[in-house]
Amino acid sequence: MHELGIVFYVVDEIEKVAKEKGATKVLGATLELGEVSSVIPSYFMELWEWTIKKHEMLVDCKLDLVTMKAISYCTECKKTYGTVEFGKTCPNCGSVKTYLVTGNQINLKNIKV
Amino acid sequence: MDEVKIIEIKKSVFSENEIKADELREILKKKKTFLLNLMSSPGAGKTTTLIKLINTIKEKSAYKVVVMEADIDSDVDAKKIKEGAGIEAIQLHTGGMCHLDAEMTKQGLDNIDCEDADLVILENVGNLVCPAEFDTGAHLCAMILSVPEGHDKPLKYPLMFEICDLVIINKIDCLPFFDFNMAKCEEYVHFRNENAKIIPICAKTGEGVDVLAEYLIGKLEEFKN
Repeated sequence: MHELGIVFYVVDEIEKVAKEKGATKVLGATLELGEVSSVIPSYFMELWEWTIKKHEMLVDCKLDLVTMKAISYCTECKKTYGTVEFGKTCPNCGSVKTYLVTGNQINLKNIKV
Repeated sequence: MDEVKIIEIKKSVFSENEIKADELREILKKKKTFLLNLMSSPGAGKTTTLIKLINTIKEKSAYKVVVMEADIDSDVDAKKIKEGAGIEAIQLHTGGMCHLDAEMTKQGLDNIDCEDADLVILENVGNLVCPAEFDTGAHLCAMILSVPEGHDKPLKYPLMFEICDLVIINKIDCLPFFDFNMAKCEEYVHFRNENAKIIPICAKTGEGVDVLAEYLIGKLEEFKN
Protein backbone atom coordinates (compact mmCIF):
# COMPACT_ATOMS: atom_id res chain seq x y z
CA MET A 1 0.00 0.00 0.00
CA HIS A 2 2.73 2.31 1.08
CA GLU A 3 4.66 1.68 -2.15
CA LEU A 4 1.75 2.98 -4.22
CA GLY A 5 2.27 6.61 -3.20
CA ILE A 6 5.93 6.34 -4.08
CA VAL A 7 5.15 4.79 -7.48
CA PHE A 8 2.88 7.78 -8.20
CA TYR A 9 5.69 10.17 -7.31
CA VAL A 10 8.13 8.35 -9.56
CA VAL A 11 5.67 8.25 -12.47
CA ASP A 12 4.91 11.99 -12.12
CA GLU A 13 8.59 12.88 -11.97
CA ILE A 14 9.45 10.76 -15.04
CA GLU A 15 6.59 12.28 -17.04
CA LYS A 16 7.61 15.79 -16.01
CA VAL A 17 11.26 15.34 -17.02
CA ALA A 18 10.35 13.56 -20.27
CA LYS A 19 7.94 16.35 -21.28
CA GLU A 20 10.53 19.01 -20.46
CA LYS A 21 12.95 17.27 -22.81
CA GLY A 22 10.31 17.02 -25.52
CA ALA A 23 10.24 13.22 -25.47
CA THR A 24 7.16 11.33 -26.63
CA LYS A 25 7.87 7.95 -25.08
CA VAL A 26 9.84 6.73 -22.09
CA LEU A 27 11.55 3.39 -22.70
CA GLY A 28 13.32 2.86 -19.43
CA ALA A 29 14.11 4.31 -16.00
CA THR A 30 16.61 3.54 -13.27
CA LEU A 31 15.62 3.94 -9.66
CA GLU A 32 18.09 3.70 -6.79
CA LEU A 33 16.56 2.19 -3.68
CA GLY A 34 18.36 2.33 -0.36
CA GLU A 35 18.42 -0.90 1.64
CA VAL A 36 16.56 0.83 4.48
CA SER A 37 14.24 2.95 2.32
CA SER A 38 11.30 0.80 3.54
CA VAL A 39 10.26 0.01 -0.03
CA ILE A 40 9.75 -3.66 -0.85
CA PRO A 41 10.98 -4.10 -4.45
CA SER A 42 8.52 -6.87 -5.42
CA TYR A 43 5.50 -4.82 -4.25
CA PHE A 44 6.92 -1.78 -5.94
CA MET A 45 7.28 -3.62 -9.27
CA GLU A 46 3.72 -4.98 -9.14
CA LEU A 47 2.28 -1.53 -8.50
CA TRP A 48 4.57 -0.05 -11.14
CA GLU A 49 3.25 -2.46 -13.79
CA TRP A 50 -0.31 -1.58 -12.79
CA THR A 51 0.28 2.18 -12.78
CA ILE A 52 2.13 2.59 -16.07
CA LYS A 53 -0.77 1.03 -18.02
CA LYS A 54 -2.66 4.22 -17.20
CA HIS A 55 0.09 6.51 -18.51
CA GLU A 56 0.45 6.60 -22.27
CA MET A 57 4.07 7.82 -22.28
CA LEU A 58 5.17 5.10 -19.89
CA VAL A 59 3.44 1.92 -21.11
CA ASP A 60 6.70 0.51 -22.50
CA CYS A 61 8.93 1.85 -19.75
CA LYS A 62 11.17 -0.83 -18.27
CA LEU A 63 12.05 -0.08 -14.67
CA ASP A 64 15.44 -1.01 -13.30
CA LEU A 65 15.72 -1.07 -9.50
CA VAL A 66 19.24 -0.71 -8.11
CA THR A 67 19.71 -1.51 -4.41
CA MET A 68 22.04 0.86 -2.56
CA LYS A 69 23.83 -0.39 0.54
CA ALA A 70 22.92 1.24 3.87
CA ILE A 71 25.87 2.58 5.86
CA SER A 72 25.88 4.03 9.39
CA TYR A 73 28.55 6.14 11.10
CA CYS A 74 29.56 5.83 14.75
CA THR A 75 30.31 9.16 16.44
CA GLU A 76 32.26 7.43 19.24
CA CYS A 77 34.83 5.38 17.31
CA LYS A 78 34.47 7.34 14.03
CA LYS A 79 34.01 4.20 11.94
CA THR A 80 31.32 3.19 9.47
CA TYR A 81 29.47 -0.13 9.30
CA GLY A 82 26.66 -1.88 7.43
CA THR A 83 23.28 -0.76 8.86
CA VAL A 84 21.32 -3.85 7.82
CA GLU A 85 23.66 -6.23 9.69
CA PHE A 86 24.11 -4.23 12.90
CA GLY A 87 21.23 -1.73 13.19
CA LYS A 88 21.82 1.21 15.50
CA THR A 89 24.56 -0.40 17.62
CA CYS A 90 28.14 0.01 16.37
CA PRO A 91 29.78 -3.43 15.88
CA ASN A 92 33.23 -1.94 16.60
CA CYS A 93 32.69 -0.31 19.99
CA GLY A 94 29.07 -1.09 21.01
CA SER A 95 27.98 2.57 21.06
CA VAL A 96 24.47 3.56 19.99
CA LYS A 97 25.54 7.12 19.15
CA THR A 98 25.37 6.33 15.48
CA TYR A 99 23.55 7.75 12.52
CA LEU A 100 22.62 6.65 9.04
CA VAL A 101 24.94 8.10 6.37
CA THR A 102 23.28 6.59 3.33
CA GLY A 103 20.72 3.93 2.52
CA ASN A 104 17.27 5.48 2.94
CA GLN A 105 17.23 7.15 -0.47
CA ILE A 106 14.76 6.64 -3.29
CA ASN A 107 16.44 8.38 -6.19
CA LEU A 108 15.40 8.58 -9.80
CA LYS A 109 18.78 8.13 -11.47
CA ASN A 110 18.00 8.39 -15.16
CA ILE A 111 15.40 7.77 -17.82
CA LYS A 112 15.70 6.47 -21.38
CA VAL A 113 13.52 8.31 -23.90
CA MET B 1 13.13 5.24 -35.74
CA ASP B 2 13.22 8.07 -33.26
CA GLU B 3 16.40 8.87 -31.44
CA VAL B 4 16.87 7.19 -28.05
CA LYS B 5 18.78 8.93 -25.32
CA ILE B 6 19.47 8.65 -21.62
CA ILE B 7 18.62 11.62 -19.42
CA GLU B 8 20.49 11.77 -16.12
CA ILE B 9 18.27 12.98 -13.27
CA LYS B 10 19.77 11.75 -10.00
CA LYS B 11 17.09 13.25 -7.82
CA SER B 12 15.24 11.98 -4.77
CA VAL B 13 11.60 11.18 -5.52
CA PHE B 14 10.72 12.99 -2.31
CA SER B 15 12.49 16.21 -3.31
CA GLU B 16 9.42 17.67 -5.04
CA ASN B 17 7.34 17.11 -1.89
CA GLU B 18 10.06 18.52 0.34
CA ILE B 19 10.21 21.74 -1.71
CA LYS B 20 6.42 22.10 -1.52
CA ALA B 21 6.47 21.37 2.22
CA ASP B 22 9.09 24.06 2.84
CA GLU B 23 7.06 26.57 0.80
CA LEU B 24 3.91 25.77 2.75
CA ARG B 25 5.76 26.08 6.09
CA GLU B 26 7.00 29.51 5.02
CA ILE B 27 3.55 30.73 3.85
CA LEU B 28 1.97 29.62 7.14
CA LYS B 29 4.78 31.19 9.15
CA LYS B 30 3.99 34.55 7.52
CA LYS B 31 0.31 34.13 8.37
CA LYS B 32 1.35 33.15 11.90
CA THR B 33 -0.60 29.91 11.57
CA PHE B 34 1.02 26.97 13.33
CA LEU B 35 0.55 23.61 11.62
CA LEU B 36 0.69 20.49 13.76
CA ASN B 37 0.88 17.09 12.07
CA LEU B 38 -0.64 14.49 14.39
CA MET B 39 0.04 10.85 13.60
CA SER B 40 -0.60 7.46 15.21
CA SER B 41 -1.72 3.95 14.40
CA PRO B 42 -5.48 3.43 13.91
CA GLY B 43 -7.31 3.45 17.22
CA ALA B 44 -4.62 5.10 19.36
CA GLY B 45 -7.09 7.87 20.21
CA LYS B 46 -6.24 10.78 17.93
CA THR B 47 -9.78 12.14 17.65
CA THR B 48 -10.67 11.70 21.34
CA THR B 49 -7.38 13.35 22.34
CA LEU B 50 -8.05 16.24 19.96
CA ILE B 51 -11.50 16.94 21.38
CA LYS B 52 -10.17 17.05 24.96
CA LEU B 53 -7.09 19.00 23.93
CA ILE B 54 -8.99 21.64 21.95
CA ASN B 55 -11.47 22.20 24.76
CA THR B 56 -8.56 22.64 27.19
CA ILE B 57 -6.73 25.05 24.86
CA LYS B 58 -9.98 27.05 24.56
CA GLU B 59 -10.21 27.28 28.38
CA LYS B 60 -6.61 28.35 28.77
CA SER B 61 -6.13 30.72 25.84
CA ALA B 62 -7.87 32.70 23.12
CA TYR B 63 -6.16 30.85 20.28
CA LYS B 64 -8.33 29.79 17.37
CA VAL B 65 -7.95 26.14 16.47
CA VAL B 66 -9.02 24.46 13.24
CA VAL B 67 -8.80 20.74 12.45
CA MET B 68 -8.20 18.91 9.18
CA GLU B 69 -9.05 15.24 9.25
CA ALA B 70 -7.43 12.93 6.76
CA ASP B 71 -8.85 9.49 6.16
CA ILE B 72 -9.16 7.07 3.32
CA ASP B 73 -12.93 7.42 3.50
CA SER B 74 -15.88 8.65 5.66
CA ASP B 75 -16.42 11.88 7.57
CA VAL B 76 -16.96 10.44 11.06
CA ASP B 77 -13.90 12.18 12.50
CA ALA B 78 -14.76 15.66 11.23
CA LYS B 79 -18.29 15.26 12.61
CA LYS B 80 -16.97 14.09 15.98
CA ILE B 81 -14.65 17.11 16.22
CA LYS B 82 -17.45 19.54 15.31
CA GLU B 83 -19.76 18.02 17.90
CA GLY B 84 -17.18 17.45 20.61
CA ALA B 85 -15.12 20.62 20.40
CA GLY B 86 -17.49 22.99 18.61
CA ILE B 87 -14.91 24.14 16.08
CA GLU B 88 -14.57 23.97 12.35
CA ALA B 89 -13.24 20.71 10.94
CA ILE B 90 -12.74 19.65 7.36
CA GLN B 91 -12.48 16.08 6.15
CA LEU B 92 -9.90 15.22 3.51
CA HIS B 93 -10.12 11.97 1.59
CA THR B 94 -6.83 10.53 0.48
CA GLY B 95 -8.54 8.27 -2.08
CA GLY B 96 -6.87 5.07 -0.96
CA MET B 97 -3.49 6.60 -0.19
CA CYS B 98 -2.00 5.82 3.18
CA HIS B 99 -0.63 9.27 3.93
CA LEU B 100 -0.95 12.99 3.26
CA ASP B 101 1.71 14.97 1.43
CA ALA B 102 2.39 18.70 1.26
CA GLU B 103 0.25 19.27 -1.84
CA MET B 104 -2.79 17.52 -0.32
CA THR B 105 -2.29 19.50 2.89
CA LYS B 106 -2.13 22.75 0.95
CA GLN B 107 -5.32 21.90 -0.96
CA GLY B 108 -7.00 21.13 2.33
CA LEU B 109 -5.93 24.45 3.81
CA ASP B 110 -7.21 26.28 0.72
CA ASN B 111 -10.64 24.81 1.35
CA ILE B 112 -10.99 25.80 4.96
CA ASP B 113 -11.46 29.13 6.64
CA CYS B 114 -8.12 29.34 8.44
CA GLU B 115 -7.06 32.92 7.64
CA ASP B 116 -7.23 33.90 11.31
CA ALA B 117 -6.48 30.46 12.74
CA ASP B 118 -3.60 30.27 15.21
CA LEU B 119 -3.32 26.51 15.22
CA VAL B 120 -4.25 24.08 12.47
CA ILE B 121 -4.10 20.46 13.52
CA LEU B 122 -3.78 17.91 10.78
CA GLU B 123 -5.00 14.51 11.89
CA ASN B 124 -3.09 12.26 9.54
CA VAL B 125 -4.16 8.81 8.32
CA GLY B 126 -3.80 6.18 11.07
CA ASN B 127 -0.55 4.47 10.13
CA LEU B 128 2.94 4.36 11.64
CA VAL B 129 4.86 3.89 8.38
CA CYS B 130 3.88 6.06 5.43
CA PRO B 131 2.90 9.37 7.06
CA ALA B 132 6.41 9.54 8.53
CA GLU B 133 7.96 9.61 5.07
CA PHE B 134 6.03 12.52 3.65
CA ASP B 135 6.68 16.01 4.98
CA THR B 136 3.32 17.81 5.14
CA GLY B 137 4.78 21.26 5.77
CA ALA B 138 3.97 21.09 9.47
CA HIS B 139 5.92 23.10 12.05
CA LEU B 140 5.66 20.30 14.60
CA CYS B 141 5.23 16.56 14.21
CA ALA B 142 3.55 14.69 17.02
CA MET B 143 2.46 11.10 17.43
CA ILE B 144 0.25 9.24 19.85
CA LEU B 145 1.30 5.85 21.15
CA SER B 146 -1.39 4.15 23.21
CA VAL B 147 -0.67 1.76 26.07
CA PRO B 148 -2.33 -1.32 24.49
CA GLU B 149 0.03 -1.05 21.50
CA GLY B 150 3.06 -1.82 23.68
CA HIS B 151 6.22 -0.01 24.71
CA ASP B 152 8.34 -1.58 21.99
CA LYS B 153 6.86 0.43 19.11
CA PRO B 154 9.76 2.94 18.91
CA LEU B 155 12.00 -0.02 18.10
CA LYS B 156 9.67 -1.30 15.39
CA TYR B 157 8.87 1.97 13.63
CA PRO B 158 12.16 3.90 13.66
CA LEU B 159 11.32 6.71 11.24
CA MET B 160 8.05 7.70 12.93
CA PHE B 161 9.82 8.17 16.26
CA GLU B 162 12.83 9.89 14.67
CA ILE B 163 10.74 12.62 13.05
CA CYS B 164 8.35 13.32 15.96
CA ASP B 165 9.20 16.17 18.31
CA LEU B 166 6.37 15.18 20.61
CA VAL B 167 5.28 11.68 21.68
CA ILE B 168 1.95 11.52 23.51
CA ILE B 169 1.40 8.29 25.44
CA ASN B 170 -2.35 7.79 25.60
CA LYS B 171 -4.68 5.47 27.56
CA ILE B 172 -2.53 5.50 30.70
CA ASP B 173 -5.64 4.49 32.66
CA CYS B 174 -5.10 1.02 31.10
CA LEU B 175 -1.57 0.65 32.51
CA PRO B 176 -2.57 -1.80 35.28
CA PHE B 177 -4.00 -4.19 32.69
CA PHE B 178 -1.12 -4.27 30.21
CA ASP B 179 2.57 -5.18 30.32
CA PHE B 180 3.45 -1.67 29.22
CA ASN B 181 6.72 -0.49 30.73
CA MET B 182 6.76 3.33 30.81
CA ALA B 183 10.48 3.59 31.65
CA LYS B 184 11.38 1.26 28.76
CA CYS B 185 9.10 3.19 26.44
CA GLU B 186 10.81 6.47 27.32
CA GLU B 187 14.20 4.86 26.85
CA TYR B 188 13.21 3.54 23.39
CA VAL B 189 11.70 6.88 22.30
CA HIS B 190 14.89 8.71 23.28
CA PHE B 191 16.95 6.03 21.56
CA ARG B 192 15.29 7.16 18.32
CA ASN B 193 15.18 10.86 19.09
CA GLU B 194 16.91 12.15 22.18
CA ASN B 195 15.11 15.51 21.99
CA ALA B 196 11.58 14.10 21.81
CA LYS B 197 9.19 15.41 24.44
CA ILE B 198 7.06 12.69 26.05
CA ILE B 199 3.69 13.50 27.62
CA PRO B 200 1.59 10.69 29.16
CA ILE B 201 -2.16 11.34 29.05
CA CYS B 202 -5.54 9.69 29.25
CA ALA B 203 -7.86 11.33 26.73
CA LYS B 204 -10.88 9.57 28.24
CA THR B 205 -10.44 10.83 31.81
CA GLY B 206 -8.58 14.00 30.84
CA GLU B 207 -5.50 13.15 32.92
CA GLY B 208 -2.39 14.93 31.60
CA VAL B 209 -4.32 16.83 28.90
CA ASP B 210 -3.65 20.16 30.65
CA VAL B 211 0.11 19.43 30.49
CA LEU B 212 -0.23 18.73 26.78
CA ALA B 213 -2.30 21.87 26.21
CA GLU B 214 0.24 24.02 28.07
CA TYR B 215 3.10 22.51 26.08
CA LEU B 216 1.35 23.37 22.80
CA ILE B 217 0.37 26.86 23.96
CA GLY B 218 4.05 27.40 24.83
CA LYS B 219 5.07 26.24 21.33
CA LEU B 220 2.46 28.58 19.81
CA GLU B 221 3.74 31.55 21.78
CA GLU B 222 7.31 30.77 20.73
CA PHE B 223 6.16 30.52 17.10
CA LYS B 224 4.21 33.78 17.13
CA ASN B 225 7.11 35.83 18.48
